[in-house]
Amino acid sequence: MKISLNWLKDYLTLNDSPLEIANRVSLTGIEVADVEVASDGLKKIVVGHINEITNHPDSDHLKVCKVDVGENEDYQIVCGAPNVAVGQDVIVALPNSRIANNEKIKKGKLRGVESMGMICSLQEIGFSDSVVPADYKDGIYVFEEEVIPGKEVYEYLGMDDAILDFDITPNRADTLGMNGTAYEMGAIYDQKITIPTPKVSETDELSSESIKVTVDENTLTRQYRLRVIKNVHVGKSPMWVQIRLWNAGIRPINNIVDITNYVLLEYGQPIHAFDMDKIAGKNIHVRNAYADEKIVALDQQEYQLNENDVVIADEEKAIGIAGVMGGQSSEVDENTKNIVIESAVFDETRIRKTAQHLNLRSEASIRFEKGIDNSATANALDRVAELVTELADGQALSGQVVGTELPVNDIVIDITTDKINRALGLDISIDDVLEIFERLQFKTSVKHDVLEILEHLQDKDNKKKDVISVEVPPRRWDISIPADLIEEVIRLYGYDNLEGTLPVGRQTIGTRDEKERFGNKANEEMLANGFDEVISYSMVDQDSVNDFQMTAGKITKVAWPMTNDHEMLRTNIIGGLLTTVKYNLARKQKDLALFEQGRVFLSNDSKRPEEKNYLAAVLTGQVGDKDWHHEERDVDFFDIKAALENVLQRLNKDVEYTLEATDEFENVHPGQSAKILVGSKTVGMIGKIHPYYQQQNSLNDTFVFQIDLDEIYALAGKENVYEPISKYPTISRDIAMLVRTETSSQDIIDIIKEKSGKYLTDIKLFDVYQSKTIELGFKSMAYHLTFQNKEDTLTDDQINSDFDKIIKNLQEKIDVEIR
Amino acid sequence: MSLKDDLEKLKEEGLKNIAESDEPSELNDIRVRLLGKKSPITDALRQMKDLPAEERPKVGSFANQIKEEIANAIAEQQAEFEKMMIEAKLKSETIDVTLPSHKTKKTGTMHVLHQIIADIEELFIGLGYQVINGSEVEEDKYNFEKMNIPKDHPARDMQDTFYIDDELLLRTHTSPQQARTMEEHDFSKGPLKMISPGKVYRRDTDDATHSHQFHQIEGLVVDKNITMSDLKGTLEILVRHVFGAERKIRFRPSYFPFTEPSVEVDITCFACGGTGCKICKGTGWIEVLGAGLVHPNVLKNSGVNPEVYSGFAFGIGPDRLAMLKYGVEDIRNFYLNDVRFIEQFKGEEA
Repeated sequence: MKISLNWLKDYLTLNDSPLEIANRVSLTGIEVADVEVASDGLKKIVVGHINEITNHPDSDHLKVCKVDVGENEDYQIVCGAPNVAVGQDVIVALPNSRIANNEKIKKGKLRGVESMGMICSLQEIGFSDSVVPADYKDGIYVFEEEVIPGKEVYEYLGMDDAILDFDITPNRADTLGMNGTAYEMGAIYDQKITIPTPKVSETDELSSESIKVTVDENTLTRQYRLRVIKNVHVGKSPMWVQIRLWNAGIRPINNIVDITNYVLLEYGQPIHAFDMDKIAGKNIHVRNAYADEKIVALDQQEYQLNENDVVIADEEKAIGIAGVMGGQSSEVDENTKNIVIESAVFDETRIRKTAQHLNLRSEASIRFEKGIDNSATANALDRVAELVTELADGQALSGQVVGTELPVNDIVIDITTDKINRALGLDISIDDVLEIFERLQFKTSVKHDVLEILEHLQDKDNKKKDVISVEVPPRRWDISIPADLIEEVIRLYGYDNLEGTLPVGRQTIGTRDEKERFGNKANEEMLANGFDEVISYSMVDQDSVNDFQMTAGKITKVAWPMTNDHEMLRTNIIGGLLTTVKYNLARKQKDLALFEQGRVFLSNDSKRPEEKNYLAAVLTGQVGDKDWHHEERDVDFFDIKAALENVLQRLNKDVEYTLEATDEFENVHPGQSAKILVGSKTVGMIGKIHPYYQQQNSLNDTFVFQIDLDEIYALAGKENVYEPISKYPTISRDIAMLVRTETSSQDIIDIIKEKSGKYLTDIKLFDVYQSKTIELGFKSMAYHLTFQNKEDTLTDDQINSDFDKIIKNLQEKIDVEIR
Repeated sequence: MSLKDDLEKLKEEGLKNIAESDEPSELNDIRVRLLGKKSPITDALRQMKDLPAEERPKVGSFANQIKEEIANAIAEQQAEFEKMMIEAKLKSETIDVTLPSHKTKKTGTMHVLHQIIADIEELFIGLGYQVINGSEVEEDKYNFEKMNIPKDHPARDMQDTFYIDDELLLRTHTSPQQARTMEEHDFSKGPLKMISPGKVYRRDTDDATHSHQFHQIEGLVVDKNITMSDLKGTLEILVRHVFGAERKIRFRPSYFPFTEPSVEVDITCFACGGTGCKICKGTGWIEVLGAGLVHPNVLKNSGVNPEVYSGFAFGIGPDRLAMLKYGVEDIRNFYLNDVRFIEQFKGEEA
């Protein structure tokens, strides 16, 4: 809310500079986002009186004006505005002046005719289009009240006022009106605020004879009041009203509408004025809208309502959307004579929902949504009547017509200084606390009665435990519990007076949960293997969401996605990594080793998607840089496999993982991919991205793996057991064989292990060979086997017999030729 | 010539030869010649039997002395050769130490947001906090209702939240973890002190300062007699740890449905130290996080008696911290992962 400092000064004395005020308010109450003085940066802009106008010799639309700008001689100024006329008082930017957007105006010639400056529109001196009155929207501004030529325009237009932009939190909607703001400022500056009670001079005629009102209970309306004012003269508002409106960001329209807006700003109470003569039957009915009921609102738009909306209706139709916007059919216009003024409190939630589904937010709906002072409805209505009788010559009929008025009471909250101090860690005296409530203009009473003290706190004779009963007026509807009062005390006492301490009390042990530590180990290992960590988006597009999903299942969609790119919860991490790879490739970053650990969302039968922690990595480009002693090399399957092995080893060294070649993963090369198995359970996948997929996505050769960390975590590792280092020597044997190309190394190792005897400790593949000298369909594989007896020296005989068994087993199990 | 003179001559010649020898093989020849079985000294010793008995010991000891002198000279010369050889070898092995190193395996870089989170985790672990990870898909009940944001609260507008269905949503903050840990905590075993980092989601249009996905770290302490001063002291430690020891903090009143009183926390600008600059928009202060005392309703909703227990809670935005600390101008950098961005933060790990 834009708060005018000049307006505030109607309520209290403020001698600080606008910036000092803003700072103090920010630290005590409400954040002041900005302080603006409209005239800042403007220079030499004065009132001019147009004495004479002649046509421009070389232009149809330009006029040559003689303008009194307070100098001895009139200035000649060329003006192109359609509404310029003799006798007007206008805004003149003199030569060497500065107007909006830091633009300088100089003496110059327009089509050959000298012009001593420029006659300005409001927009040209910095007014927003949205506040400029309709008459001056497309032309220059013309002063409506007496002004002195040559004087600067700022004060006449309210541009010298400092406007504080209050960034109001939802709980402090009480400051969405000047009265409420004044109370807040009064508390901060310790000044008592008095809001004058409006005085309405009424005629003898009763309002209730002119208009009747029925309020349906199911509309949840809490207050509904009307007044009738007859014989109004619709016209322009005085400048002081217009200035206050436009400084608050509201466009002046006519005196009646302006007064409703003025009181909205003053009381925070939305007000609506109906043209009484357009109300059919003089019976106002506040009711729920009918299904599919339609109404054309003041903004000329037709809205389709539903039964959850509340309308103000006459005997024929809805004439207003309650709390949101009036209807066009009963609009006040220049011919209006008699008006009905409405001041009401509607239900917050219903207004919010209506504003939301109609996508129509107004100054009124914003206030109703956040709540308004339920005790101010009557006074606000009288204030309108007072102003309309004063400024529009209306005759207010006697009394208010009340449709409904639920009781509005102060809330009484009991609190003790002990409670306050215990919450804050301070030692504030009861006198200080009472003083703060006085500044807030909350009534207090202190209960010293020993019995009552006992009743409240089972303690006595301690002033700290005296119970302070605080009466919170309805204008502060945000306060309802002791914690709210504690906040009032500390903010006014000053947060700066808090001395930082640390919680005392029992010691606790700081820990990470085991699963997080497990995940961190994986990350550390990936970093050690040279992979950079990335964080990609959890929400992905529909087309790619299951490209690298490891387990079948439904996909989770969010209800109202912002964009198609982010509408499904990811089921895998490889997809996000590939997006990152593409992003980098587009920026000429080709050698990439990336990993990410994060949640994937797998939908099974339960409603809630299962969140699993996955780790995935991607490798593309070249290993190492080509430099003075290194050749770079394209990465391959065995590079990503190395990282996978390292991370698996780090996570759980006791578990045996095997890779099983597979072609079951879509989008992965069928000849270069594998399932990562523990026993028969799949815990991950590894492979090269399918060439077709690579081509479609403009990827180079790219290798990935992805593992389910939760599954691996669940495979409990054994405790480390120490084993003394054997002093007995190892013996090794090499074995070379010709096998069919499709025989995997894993097959061979499995067979070797099967009949290896008890001394085989290690198997290493040291050569794989395929060439023309080898029969087509075969390859040569050579393994280095290590044997050791940890308790005794092995003899060649023992090893020979084990070795023979291994060879025999190989020969029996597979088509193998030992070389 | 006496035998002694012969020996003297032998010695002189031998020492001269040794000193003049050029290479180890030559020295070896000298050694064989002078000290071997057929050497003149051995011969001389053999001739001793022809000497009178009283002279024998004298000549014998003289001969042995010569032998020793020659042996020493050979050893010295030998050592000299070895030294020369080593020097030659060292010389031949000399490299240009300014050549680029073998960069066979560079280490990776941890994502800067995770560095910040890990750093803050370490700090709070040291202060006795547990680190707890929550779910990213959350129930409406925990994300909102238990956090004192009942149905129809303006903060629950559809435009702010990614709902999955009526009950499930992507958490909009890490605060639901407050309720979840309070419900599980056994207060008879001592206070609850926890932080909970993680991803959160809001229906924001991605731009330089908004991201539909970002991170938060929730902090919560619940015990008897937890105060606003405790909150201030704790946050002082936090901001000084993250932004430097000379940082001051201040509280400003604010509003969150789940805390009362609620505050925004500002720190003195780390760029200008509080005098006012572009980064702090001339105010000398920068807003870094929101905090407050746990709202009694939040305690109640999680089965904790607000008459007995009180607590404080705070929410940190690692994205915002990283942007402030490193001057990152666009939040999307954190999620687009240009490797040139990622790798800039190498070595910043806690």
